[in-house]
Amino acid sequence: MSSSSIQNNQLQQWKDDAIASPGFSEFVQETLALTKRLFIQLQRRPSTLAAGIIQPLMWLILFGALFQNVPQGLFGDNVNYGQFIGAGIIVFTAFGGALNAGLPVMFDREFGFLNRLLVAPLVSRFSIVIASAIFIAAMSLVQTAAIVALSAFLGAGLPSIAGLGLMMAIILMLVLGVTAFSLGLAFALPGHIELIAVIFVANLPLLFASTALVPLSFMPRWLSTIASLNPLSYAIEPIRYLYLHNDWTLSSIVMQTAWGEISMGMTLLLLVIFCVGSLALTYPLINRRIA
Amino acid sequence: MSQQPAVVIENLQKHYGDVQAVKDVSLQIEPGEIFGLLGPNGAGKTTTIRCLCTLTLPDAGKLEVMGVSVVAEPRQVRQRLGYIAQEVALDKVLTGRELLQLQAAIYHLPGKLAKTRIAQMIELLELTDWADKKTGTYSGGLKKRLDLAAGLLHQPDVLVLDEPTVGLDIESRSAVWRFLRQLQAAGTTILITSHYLEEVDALASRVAIIDQGKVISSGTPAELKANIGGERITLRIREFTPLEEATQASQMLQTLPVVQEVIVNSAQGNSLNLVVESESDALMTVQKALKEKGLPTFGIAQSQPSLDDVYLAATGRTIMDAEMAAASKRDMKKEMKQQNMKR
Repeated sequence: MSSSSIQNNQLQQWKDDAIASPGFSEFVQETLALTKRLFIQLQRRPSTLAAGIIQPLMWLILFGALFQNVPQGLFGDNVNYGQFIGAGIIVFTAFGGALNAGLPVMFDREFGFLNRLLVAPLVSRFSIVIASAIFIAAMSLVQTAAIVALSAFLGAGLPSIAGLGLMMAIILMLVLGVTAFSLGLAFALPGHIELIAVIFVANLPLLFASTALVPLSFMPRWLSTIASLNPLSYAIEPIRYLYLHNDWTLSSIVMQTAWGEISMGMTLLLLVIFCVGSLALTYPLINRRIA
Repeated sequence: MSQQPAVVIENLQKHYGDVQAVKDVSLQIEPGEIFGLLGPNGAGKTTTIRCLCTLTLPDAGKLEVMGVSVVAEPRQVRQRLGYIAQEVALDKVLTGRELLQLQAAIYHLPGKLAKTRIAQMIELLELTDWADKKTGTYSGGLKKRLDLAAGLLHQPDVLVLDEPTVGLDIESRSAVWRFLRQLQAAGTTILITSHYLEEVDALASRVAIIDQGKVISSGTPAELKANIGGERITLRIREFTPLEEATQASQMLQTLPVVQEVIVNSAQGNSLNLVVESESDALMTVQKALKEKGLPTFGIAQSQPSLDDVYLAATGRTIMDAEMAAASKRDMKKEMKQQNMKR
């Protein structure tokens, strides 16, 4: 060990220039590095990916079988339950993944790894949120592809190419919004026990209080009101419409809520608002100096 | 030219819930020195460091690193600081090199520079054989070395180490000490906290002793020891001296003019700890007096006062005693911390 190798003159020079001026490329650099870590973890623990794909397919098959014998036409003209449930499973799967995004961050916090990030000169701690969101989004898209493929195999058909593109956009917005929310919780709650409790309480009730399993028209008034407020419904209904109608436009009416008709474009707008709102809510939480 | 101090902490205060973890801490660290923050567990060392490293917002006080305000410009301070936490936190799935790559990216080192710097750090900390193995397979000493490599990757002006050798074996500990001395020789300012007296004594050019959230004494180790004055004689009449005999001897020795104070240490077989005047030939005088009374000598040794004596003189307890007392309060403090986080 020679003491001359401790200092690096080139680095010293770079440091003197760099300290004052972080920019967008630095934000991209830190975000990509954090994302890469998540993908390395996935690559070395492939069981996570396997379970992530098998689980929604089991949902699809089991729910499809449960309602196989409902009278034809109950969920709409010429619609079988397999076609109906696909959109629900896609959204529920993406939502579940995003809702759990805060858990690894919470464990990082508890093991002290997060401090490594918090003492670093990150341009913005949003890079932690974006990295998680990119990772969850990639997972969700793989899961969605699997669900779409199995649904097609089970006879639900395929949306158009444009429809698939729109479906991706909807999933990405939902994932970003919910991931931000979950990471905000990971910074705000005392520990993983509390976070798991919140996830547990939020997950299934939000599924049942959405249009994932049955349409609004099946629900009692109070539940359909809740489901009309549930962001999941605003992701499920447009995807479902894409599945059932190849001739969709942004002005197609995709939802009949308690307070009126909602168009495809409107659901997208509401999802954007949900996303921005969730990020805005998260911002002060992740920028706290936590103990 | 008067140099700007590397670190300035003035009247720092921080509480968690009802616990005032830091009541009043002030210290100044000059560029290129190793500064030791010494005190028992629970004294407020870690809280002070967390405030300095931008992890926790202080309630009051001034904090500066290389002239930059920690509270106002946390990002700039983060670029200048390296922080090595007490517990090494690694991602066990990543290899050492992958961790260093992540670390380089969150400090925004450009690609080529990052690559050469990572290679340099791997060589410097002798991690070559391990760099491409998962950190989950590392030993404690190896983990600490990787953590040091990560903390130094961006060449911080000030390196902060919280209890750098807790839980390390003796060999790893001396390797860390050697390395920190090299680092200082290369110009890095270092702040370490420790509750090991020898560690601070061996490394630090200046020390602040902290107890119950306050700096109770500071200066060079030599100054601190000189300030409390006197030398120490540790005397064992027998290997295990009966208390009665020790007390008698203690009373007899107390009458000698060179002896200032005698303490019977029951924790060590009723040995006698004497504080004696520095300039006199106290050892001879004591030995002579023992001989005249016909008392045997199992062992006798003269020494300079230690930092523990400094701490004892200031607080009336040894650091070990203080640790025991702090240990019982520890859980409560953690709970307070959690409560605080909920807000």
